[in-house]
Amino acid sequence: MTFPFLSVITFTPITAGTLLFFFPAERKDWIRRFALTAASLDLLLSLIVYFSYDRVAAGYQFVEKVSWIPRLGISYYVGVDGISAPLVLLTGIVIFTGVLISWGLDDRPREFFAFLFILASGVFGVFCSLDLFALFFFYELAVFPMFLLISIWGWQVTREYAAMKLTLYLFIGSVVALVGGLAMYFNAGLNSFDLLELERAGFSIAFQRFWFPFVFFGFAVLGGIFPFHNWSPDGHVAAPTAVSMFHAGVLMKLGAFAALRVGIMLLPEGAKFWSPLILILATVNVVYGAFIAMVQTDFKYVIGFSSVSHMGLVMLGFATLNRDGLTGAGLQMFSHGVMTALFFAVVGMVYDRAHTRDIPKLGGFAKAMPLVAFAFIIGGLVSMGMPGFSGFIAEFPIFMGLWQKQPIVALVAVISIVITAAYIMRVIGRVFFGVMPAEFEGHIGDVILQDKVALVMLSGILVLVGVYPAIMAPMVQTGANAVLRLLGGG
Amino acid sequence: MSFTEFRPETLLAVLPEIALFLLAGLVLGLDLIWRPSRRGALGWVSAIGVGLILIATGLFSRPGAEPQLVLGGMVRHDWTAFAFRTLILFATGVSCLLSIRLAGIGDRGEYFALMLVSAMGMSLMASAADLIMLYLAIETTSIPLYVLAGFLKGDDKSAESGLKYFLFGALTSTVMLYGFSLLYGMTGETQIYRLADALRAAHPAPASLIAVALLVLVGFGFKVAAVPFHFWTPDVYEGAPTPITAFVSTASKAAGFAVLFRVMTLAFPSIEGFWAPALAGIAAATMTLGNLLAIPQKNIKRLLAYSSISHAGYALIGLVALSSLGRGSMLFYLLAYIVTNLAAFAVVILFAHSAGTEQIADYAGLSRRSPGLALALLVAFLSLAGMPPLAGFVAKFYVFAAAVESGLLWLAFLGVLNAIVGLYYYLTVLKVVYLYRSPEEAKPIVVPTAQAVALAACVGAILLVGIASGPWLDWGVLAAQGLF
Repeated sequence: MTFPFLSVITFTPITAGTLLFFFPAERKDWIRRFALTAASLDLLLSLIVYFSYDRVAAGYQFVEKVSWIPRLGISYYVGVDGISAPLVLLTGIVIFTGVLISWGLDDRPREFFAFLFILASGVFGVFCSLDLFALFFFYELAVFPMFLLISIWGWQVTREYAAMKLTLYLFIGSVVALVGGLAMYFNAGLNSFDLLELERAGFSIAFQRFWFPFVFFGFAVLGGIFPFHNWSPDGHVAAPTAVSMFHAGVLMKLGAFAALRVGIMLLPEGAKFWSPLILILATVNVVYGAFIAMVQTDFKYVIGFSSVSHMGLVMLGFATLNRDGLTGAGLQMFSHGVMTALFFAVVGMVYDRAHTRDIPKLGGFAKAMPLVAFAFIIGGLVSMGMPGFSGFIAEFPIFMGLWQKQPIVALVAVISIVITAAYIMRVIGRVFFGVMPAEFEGHIGDVILQDKVALVMLSGILVLVGVYPAIMAPMVQTGANAVLRLLGGG
Repeated sequence: MSFTEFRPETLLAVLPEIALFLLAGLVLGLDLIWRPSRRGALGWVSAIGVGLILIATGLFSRPGAEPQLVLGGMVRHDWTAFAFRTLILFATGVSCLLSIRLAGIGDRGEYFALMLVSAMGMSLMASAADLIMLYLAIETTSIPLYVLAGFLKGDDKSAESGLKYFLFGALTSTVMLYGFSLLYGMTGETQIYRLADALRAAHPAPASLIAVALLVLVGFGFKVAAVPFHFWTPDVYEGAPTPITAFVSTASKAAGFAVLFRVMTLAFPSIEGFWAPALAGIAAATMTLGNLLAIPQKNIKRLLAYSSISHAGYALIGLVALSSLGRGSMLFYLLAYIVTNLAAFAVVILFAHSAGTEQIADYAGLSRRSPGLALALLVAFLSLAGMPPLAGFVAKFYVFAAAVESGLLWLAFLGVLNAIVGLYYYLTVLKVVYLYRSPEEAKPIVVPTAQAVALAACVGAILLVGIASGPWLDWGVLAAQGLF
């Protein structure tokens, strides 16, 4: 019996969250320290899993399987492969930095961390699940804490609207996918929800083509695919900082990941049939998202739409259905997760001090908080896909894959890089440089130690993956190879 | 199928009914001899008594491997009846606990006695195998409930509730009785297990048989509050004392499902092709209408009334799937729904006990006023909405799975769309609880022991059934097979 790494990772947050409810509400220090301890444990374990994953052997590792609902062939079955292992690490990173960033939160931190941790358990669970029922179980587990987190601790102006919109969008997507999942289960007739067995079920081509859109787009709603992306900028903006980080950084990957795992991997013929549509929609995501980001004056909306744009690249990578594209998409999920967590952390820090996110009203913040500016610039360079940063490592293969598949789409999508550069530069110039408005002069203090640790960690990872891609790219490639085998190639 | 001759042991088949009757007598007797100040303990006597009956039923009244028709074919001793009885007894015990110390009902012996007699009727509904027995059981259930709904004599709404419930109940039960009489006229038979054969032998015109099935469905539809026989629900739920609302929405609904399940499946297999689609249509309408009408509600009891209508629709999906998984999932759904709904009503009762209001808007600030109670409401409502890791999630998963398995894709899709509507209004309430502030926040909420026990039991059950659902699904599937 080996140590059940993945189960401990998955259930540590929800256990900690439950225990938090027994803390006296007024001992906020205890609550924060306890939350940080639990998050550190998760980060540590996910690092161990990531670095001890055997890349040569590839395939699913750290596998645990326990029968759960035997009558329907449901098991609690977990394991990670080359695509999900980085995502588990990403979740560990974001939950850890998210707790650090929320140190100053004063309104009911007990409930805040408890709900955040329940959310984290759901996310870990989805990334690790090798059973379709378990995947849905954890997926839905992640939905409702989001509603409470945004509606209670979010931005007063839009939080009720945004929280409800986001929850309903995600729930609609997931239940539609659920019906598709049930259809697969009964069509396969294997009396098993085991994803690896369902991969070999040999669904007819007509069946795959019929059900693929339900499953893929059902999940892709959470990945922010056009035209179902609408919940995401509103949700990001309304959410409190740590939740935005979690949300854009991890939750959107949840949708993309599930769309890949259940949609593309179980219904490969459907994926081939529908990939042109995904290509078109994702291109709209990439280009349109970037354009919208360009015209926003609200700092947080800029980042919100940049997420829509960047998640489009992930979907584009999926739609290529070739090795380069899939590898790039896997890397992009990690890279964008860290990058956008960094962005939202910075936005939160600026807003906490300036009490406005209106870009024209800001300026000169680099002087008051140099580290924050520095971190944001690194994030910006990643976002533009600069060589030497993780964004390049991720986007370059996506465009390569795209070129092999459909050069015209590649050309159109590449436009987004230019626009991204434009809006990122504009934000950097307006917010961090230039003249600080008189009303802020002398009132803007630097960030606290916990914030600094989080920023250094996030930007450090972006650079590390950028200058030393071998730390991640080969691993993701093994995951992409597994997908290709199901697609009948490689 | 053979009748067992009367032996003293056969009385064990009706052990819960006998015990409930004796308990009701005991409560009435104690009510006479106890001083008024001690009568507050009558609720405890009833609740603990029901708990003991539940245990005794599990120990001594388990059906054997072969189902038996006992007492002249009036009662069938099988696992289906046993499962429904367990649900009914659990709901009765919790409803008794919830009534303790409440003004106007908590110290009234006749209140608890009526509840126990009604539970006895429900228990018989679950096991009745003869139309005459069935009708008597339904009336034994209903008449005490009419009285209980109108129990708060000083309260106009309660009086209205009792009268409305009575009028609706009396009307639908006569229609149903007419259906029974036609069945007897066609076949000369009242024994449910011989009806199907007798009908086959008599081979009446399908149209007339369908008409009879519809008449019978009216009565059952009323009991489970399915559209279009649901009109009584919101007013009755709102006006009745809240523990009675909880009782009607759980135990009585379960008993209704027991007869619906038994009679439709056994008496009308020859027109299954008609009643199953008809019930599927009713399930669709029940879910949709219940959910849509719940959205604008301002009173939490009315909201739960419409929500309970919609849940009857989900449970019906399991029945119309006409499969082993479907029938089992229906039982599982009822189990999950009963523990969840009782928890929700427990919170409503506790809140009204301290704050004196049932308006949703007044729940503002509850999460600061009583974090524990708010959390219990969160668990109950999310379970009703179908969120993991709670009982409601797996329950919905199973009924939708049953629908997909039987090719009822449209019903599965309609079901999941309804789940979204449901989520919307449950979240609206939770938003009030967690987000809004209220000047009343500093006033504490008193949680008496009895209600705390009931609430803890239900919340524990919601989590247990939701996380370790495998054994409960097996229980449902095996119990449902006991019908045949």
